[in-house]
Amino acid sequence: MGKNIVAAVCVFVLLGAAAYASFFIAPTDAKQGLIYRILFLHVASAWTGLTAFFICFVANLLYVWRRQPRWDWLGVSGGEVGLAFTTVVLVTGPIWAHPVWGIWWTWDARLTSTFVLWLLYASYLLLRTLIEEPDRRALLSALFGIFAFLDVPLVFGSIRWWRTQHPQPVVMGGPGSGLDPTMYKVLFFSWFAMLALMTLLLRQRYRLEAMRGEFETAQQEMETA
Amino acid sequence: MKNLDSVFAAYMAAWAIFFVYYVTIARRAAALRQDIERLKNSVTRGK
Repeated sequence: MGKNIVAAVCVFVLLGAAAYASFFIAPTDAKQGLIYRILFLHVASAWTGLTAFFICFVANLLYVWRRQPRWDWLGVSGGEVGLAFTTVVLVTGPIWAHPVWGIWWTWDARLTSTFVLWLLYASYLLLRTLIEEPDRRALLSALFGIFAFLDVPLVFGSIRWWRTQHPQPVVMGGPGSGLDPTMYKVLFFSWFAMLALMTLLLRQRYRLEAMRGEFETAQQEMETA
Repeated sequence: MKNLDSVFAAYMAAWAIFFVYYVTIARRAAALRQDIERLKNSVTRGK
């Protein structure tokens, strides 16, 4: 319990430092002014969400291959944590868009593919609540999770392959893209803080799922005895 | 200081989402611990 509190405090301090850097260290954008500072939260959350979905994807593949419950536990943990970060992306994006674009939302390729990604992982979690038998639930949700991950390359490529209302990429966007060096440092530091938060949440969620798995096994054994 | 309220709202919303999610994990874990205790008690009574 002590270790958990120390870890939570460290993550909280990191997030505070990232927010401080976003407000006071990163220079103000000449075109957008203050509102661009949402980028440090929005982009860092998006990258972290995709990282969590990647963990979910790898765990799903490993479950299909090895059929060990721990991969199912990691899969659901990654999916749920990724969904939380993607929710932040979908909430902070429109808050930035309204003053800049004059609209909260538009169905362009990046926004739509991200919303579909959110729906896919919400369905992944919903699917798990509909199947009672643990092995069947783990296998079907792993297969669905692998399918859901197919949207991730689409989200990544959407602003590279098509013309979108969404701004062009700030990293790996080709010539003409990029940020001021200090902005880059703040962005990567914000991502690091978000990754620390993701690790904390993933750890807590994994423990919960492991506990649930063991509880279900004990319950099954009691019923058959 | 134009749009400061929007930036502030975005940060508050994000932190609220993470906080609520963290609390739901903790609550689900506490409920599950209670279920485990109940199961243990029923096993002890059955012996």
